[in-house]
Formats: sequence, structure tokens, C-alpha cells
Amino acid sequence: MLALIPLFPLLGFVINATMGRRLPKAVSGGLASLVMIASFVVSVMSVWQLASLAPEARGTQLPEVIYTWIASGDLKVDLGFRLDQLSAVMILVVTGIGSLIHIYSTAYMHDESDGEFARYFSYLNLFAFFMLVLVLGSSFPVLFVGWEGVGLCSYLLIGFWYKKKSANDAGKKAFVVNRIGDYAFLLGMFAIFAQFGTLDFQSVASAVAALPKETGFGILSISTLLLFIGATGKSAQIPLYTWLPDAMEGPTPVSALIHAATMVTAGVYMIGRNAVLFSHAPATMLTVAIIGALTALMAGTIGLVQNDIKRVLAYSTVSQLGYMFLAMGMGAFGAGIFHLYTHAFFKALLFLGSGAVIHALHGEQDIRNMGGLRKDLPITSWTFLIGAIAIAGLPPLAGFFSKDEILFETWMAGHWILWIIGVITALLTATYMFRLVFLTFWGERAHGQLVPAHPPSPPASARQADAHAHGHDHGHAHGHLHDAPPAMAFALIVLAIGSVTAGWIGWPHAIGGNNALHSWLQPAFEAPVRAGAAEVEAAREGGEAAANIAVEQTLMLVSTTIAALGIFIAWRIWVKRRIIADRFAETYPGLYRLLLNKYYVDELYDAAIVQPIKVGSTEGLWRAFDVNLIDGAVNGVASIVSSSASGLRRMQSGSVRTYAGSLFVGVIVILGYYLWR
Amino acid sequence: MIPLSHYLVLSAILFSIGTAGVFLRRNLITILLSIEIMLNAVNLSFVAFGRAAGDLDGQIIVFFVMTVAAAEAAVGLALIIALFRHKESLNPDAFTSLKW
Repeated sequence: MLALIPLFPLLGFVINATMGRRLPKAVSGGLASLVMIASFVVSVMSVWQLASLAPEARGTQLPEVIYTWIASGDLKVDLGFRLDQLSAVMILVVTGIGSLIHIYSTAYMHDESDGEFARYFSYLNLFAFFMLVLVLGSSFPVLFVGWEGVGLCSYLLIGFWYKKKSANDAGKKAFVVNRIGDYAFLLGMFAIFAQFGTLDFQSVASAVAALPKETGFGILSISTLLLFIGATGKSAQIPLYTWLPDAMEGPTPVSALIHAATMVTAGVYMIGRNAVLFSHAPATMLTVAIIGALTALMAGTIGLVQNDIKRVLAYSTVSQLGYMFLAMGMGAFGAGIFHLYTHAFFKALLFLGSGAVIHALHGEQDIRNMGGLRKDLPITSWTFLIGAIAIAGLPPLAGFFSKDEILFETWMAGHWILWIIGVITALLTATYMFRLVFLTFWGERAHGQLVPAHPPSPPASARQADAHAHGHDHGHAHGHLHDAPPAMAFALIVLAIGSVTAGWIGWPHAIGGNNALHSWLQPAFEAPVRAGAAEVEAAREGGEAAANIAVEQTLMLVSTTIAALGIFIAWRIWVKRRIIADRFAETYPGLYRLLLNKYYVDELYDAAIVQPIKVGSTEGLWRAFDVNLIDGAVNGVASIVSSSASGLRRMQSGSVRTYAGSLFVGVIVILGYYLWR
Repeated sequence: MIPLSHYLVLSAILFSIGTAGVFLRRNLITILLSIEIMLNAVNLSFVAFGRAAGDLDGQIIVFFVMTVAAAEAAVGLALIIALFRHKESLNPDAFTSLKW
């Protein structure tokens, strides 16, 4: 039955890809949404089956082998799926939020032509298929198939409006940057196979569990570090995060599904899947945590000054992914996956909300040209506000619980520098999210700027202006805006409910909950054979419960205060005295420009990597190597042959007696050789 | 009895005459005749060796050589006639157009 989960979206892909051009939009979009819902239903049934397998929920799994994929010598790889507690969370997120985004898309993409509409949904279904293969795969190669497949779909969907150069460039950038990470990921897989002789997650975990924790920097650290480089590519961490903000060139629902809720969390999932392996390599774990914290902080500061609504959300995604990696690096795998799960709700909600805004404004993405939309777009603004509160981390919304658990685990691990970075990032998160909310929905609509800014259509919004203008021209002229149509409103409301309630299954012990998600996930992060590990775990949990409730409650108070403070700062600056922000930018022009230009990282990569390769290829490989050496060798051989031939052909005199003479001399010479040697 | 070496010396003399004819004469028919002399010089040494060895192998090979020589003479003369019709000449140096 597990195989059905990815097979439904695959079916939708095949139908939409082959016949979609001839289907009306209602059929192709409806079909795509329906297969996702079917997949969601099967997922729920499978998870239910898993949950009812063993009441104590310790180390139970649903394996399913489709067939043996590779059998060669010692290597045996099954095309197999395995549903454990971690995969269960992931498939519910992917199919559940995926279904909502499909439904939302039927309205959002409605102005595309039938063929484009079907192409969009075929890509989206294909993405869901690969993502489900990724999270269900029982071994590295199967995961890698999904890993590469989602990368492909990401490329296709970023470049969906392929007639626009910037979208094409962004797609290529995402693909190339991901390729760098994937290369390291492959090397990591090779290292693991060389070390353990198997690529099955469970076998690797039990092999690793038998080893002691690595103290120095050995094979485990190297292989996990390589895997982590793969994760930085897919999950947009330093140093490979630059593709994600550019990926906002794609349609907004794609940004919500792929570049916020699911695909970019694949790296986090991969570390969670190999929790045993990673926790045996403390050097890598520390690297993961530091990279995560730095990424969270850096992306948060950039998000503070960006003016494109989607780019702010993109940097916010990078920042929140940094949080998840921080948790993973601290060994708090449950907390990381918890944040992944809650983040999927509120970030999908925020992206879809921004999509509704962009839809209503016919492609406008610059928040300086928005404002006052609260009155015209009530559903969008209220759901967006809920998403913003959730991500800022005010109780009892989802983001509070997961973020708090991460900060608590970091504190308990004793890394107070990382904890401070985490808290600063939380402050930044609250501030930039509410800057977005206040600039977009509060205040007065920036009429004067909106209308003149539109006809010359800045490139970033040109295609959506094209896409939506013909349906809504009447609304455009006198500034009356339409709120989200029913399909979009439905997705927004469901996600808003999710953003409020999703965190409750991880209600911490410290305030009277039982943190059900944590204990549900725990067996997935342990080796299948637990000899002695169980007691250690129990002891740790016991001590935790006794001593740390006070600490946790204090930290909760701190993070709530921080979130409220962030919101207050945003309110003070962007609602009350907008002049403060401008004055600040004038006082520190260098800092402002540094942030506005994203620390010049793109420029740095361009100067350090892209330009040298370009110049080296043009001047070195093309003009010097190819023209001189390769072409020179080919042309040289040809001219040697022709010049020596023009001498040798004189022998072909045409005189029969000359030929006879040379024959005679030849025979004499050969005979003489044999006679006199 | 005449010793074997006499036959072989005669055969070598005949072969040299034939070879000289092929290289020195300027007439295609003469060249063809010189080739016949070379063939018969070889025949002579075959027969002589056969007699010295006391069996018939040498003579049998000579029959084969004579057959081939007859065929060769027929084809060669036909070619010479065709060449003559083409160039009105029997000088081999006239037929050098098949070159570089």
C-alpha cells in the first residue's frame, strides 16, 4: 500500500503530461488535486496502520520492497519503501500541504492557457511523486532518486515562465548550485558504502551503533560532512543558499510548496533519517549547528531590508531552515523535525498569502507599493497575520513550540553562543515579519506609487502582470481589489487553522503537555538494535524532567518576550514613525547597503568562482587550449600527411618498367637477406 | 651423366637473359617473349631437381607452369592488341598516363 502514495501523483503527472493540452482546466487541475488528496488519504491510512501496529510505538516500521533494483556482487539495493515515525510526519506534510497548494493553484494559475496550466500541474504532481519517494525510500540510492527528482522539478517550476530570462537564469542557478551539493552527497554515499558495505538506512544505523563515538575527524565525520554539504545545497544553507531567493521567480504556489514547505526541508529530513550516523560524528554535528545558526542570523538580517514580498519570505525560509539545522546539530532531532513540520504550515500560509496579494495587485511584488490592503483583502490579511504571529513565535501558535524547543535544547547542550544567535534571530524574525505585515496591510495604500510603477512593469512582475491583467483589467483601473477566490481562500483558512493548532501535538512537558510528537519520533532516531541505549535514554529523560522544567519555563518566557519585543519594534518603526527606518538607513548607509545587497555574496561568488571559470574557459580552454592544442593537433596531422604524400606520390610514375625494376630489386634484397644473414 | 650444377647454371643464364630482355627491350611483344624465357628457365631447374631427386614432382609442377604460361600469353597478347589500338605504339614508355 505504501507504493500507492507516490504512485497517485505519478499517475496525475502521466495523464497531465500526455493529454493535458487537450483537457479543460477544470479537468487537469481537478485531476492533479484529486490524486494528491488520494495520496493524502492513503498516507493517513498507512500512518494509522503504523500507529496501531504497536501501542508503545517503539521501533515499529512498515517496510515494503517493490523489487530488487541493483544486485551486483556485494551491492544489493532494493527499490524499497519504509514507513517509520519520521517518514510518517513527512508524508503527511507533503501530501497534506501539497493537496492544499494544488487546490490553491487551480485558482492562482487560472489565467494561463490550457496547455500551460496542464504543464504546471504535471510538474507539480511529478514533484510530489519524487518528494514522496525521497521521504519513503529505505536506502540512500532510493532517497537519492527522489533527491535528484525534486531538484529537477524545482528547476522546471522556477523556470516555468520560460520566456522570461530572469526565470530561466534563476532555474539554472538553482540547478547548478544544487548539483554542487549533490556531488558531495554522492561522495558521502560512496564513503558510507566503502565503510559499511551497505546503503540501507537501517543496516548503516545498526553498523554505526556498534561503533564508539568518533572523537577526532575520521571516516564517519568525512562521510557525514559530505552528506551535510549535499544538505546545504538542497536546504539552502551557507555556503550554497544563494539559489533560494532567486527561486522566487517561479509561480508563488511553487515557492510555497517546493521552496518553503517540502523540498528545501529534504536536507533536514536526511539528517534526521541518519540520526544515528550523524550523532556518532560530533565534529560534523558541531559544524551543522554552527552553519545552521549563522545561516539563520545572516538570512534574518537580510530579510530585514528586502522590499520584494516574496524575497523577504525566501530569506525567512533560509533563516528558519538554519534553525532546523541548529536543532539537528544539537542532536535535538525531534525538535528539528518538529520545527520542519510547523514551519511547513505557517510558511506555506505566508507564501500563499503573499500569492493572494500579488494576485490581487496584478503582479505587484514591491511592498513599498502596497499598504492598507487590510480593508480590501480581509481573508488574506487575517490569515497572513496568523502566519506572521506563528512564525514570530507567540504562544500558543505553532511556531512558538517548535522554536522554543530548539532554543531550549541548544541551551541544555551548553552552547550559549549559539543560543544567543538563536534568540537574536528570533527577534529579527518577529521584526521583519511584522515589517512585512505592517507595510503590506496596515497604513495607507500607496496609490501614488502603485499606478505609475505599473505600466513600465518592473521585470520581476512583468509576467504575472501579463498573466493576470486580462482577467482583471476593470479592477486595475480604479483600485478596487478582489480578495482571494474560493479555492485560494480555502487553502489559506485551512493552513491558518493548521498554523494555530499544529504545534499542540508537541506541547512541552514544562507547561503541562506530554510532547506527543517527540515521543512518537524518538524511535526513528535510534538504531534498530538498542542494546543499552534505552536505559541511557530513559535516564536522560528522567533527569530532564526533574531538573529542567524551571529552566524551560524561563526560556519560554524569554522567547515570548523576544517575539513580542520584535513585533513592538516593527510596530514602533513601520506603523508609528516610519521616518526611523529611513533615518537609520541614512545614519549607517554602509550597513544598509550591505544588507540590501545581501552581503554581496552573489557578487563575491561571481567574482571568485563564476568569472574565473568564464575567463579561464574563454581565454585558457577555448582560445589557448582548444584553438592551439586540439585544433593544432588535428590540422597538424593533416598537413604532415598531405606534405609527405606530395613527395611520395612521385614514386607512382606510371612506367611499367620502373615498377618491374622496383619489384626485381625488392625480390633480390629479400632473397639476399635470407641467403646471407 | 651431366651433373645437376650444369642444368642450374644454364637455367640461371636463361633467367638472366629473360630478365635483361624485360628491362632493356622497348617492344611489348619482345618483353612478353622474355617473360616466357624466364618461365622456361624456371621449368628447367624444376625438371633438373626432379631428376636429381628421382621422382616426378618437378615434372608435374612444370605442367602447371606451362598451363599458366599459355593462359598468360593469351591474356598478354590480347592486352597488347588493345593497347596498340589505343596508342598505335608498342613502346611501354608510351603507356604512362596512370600516374600521380
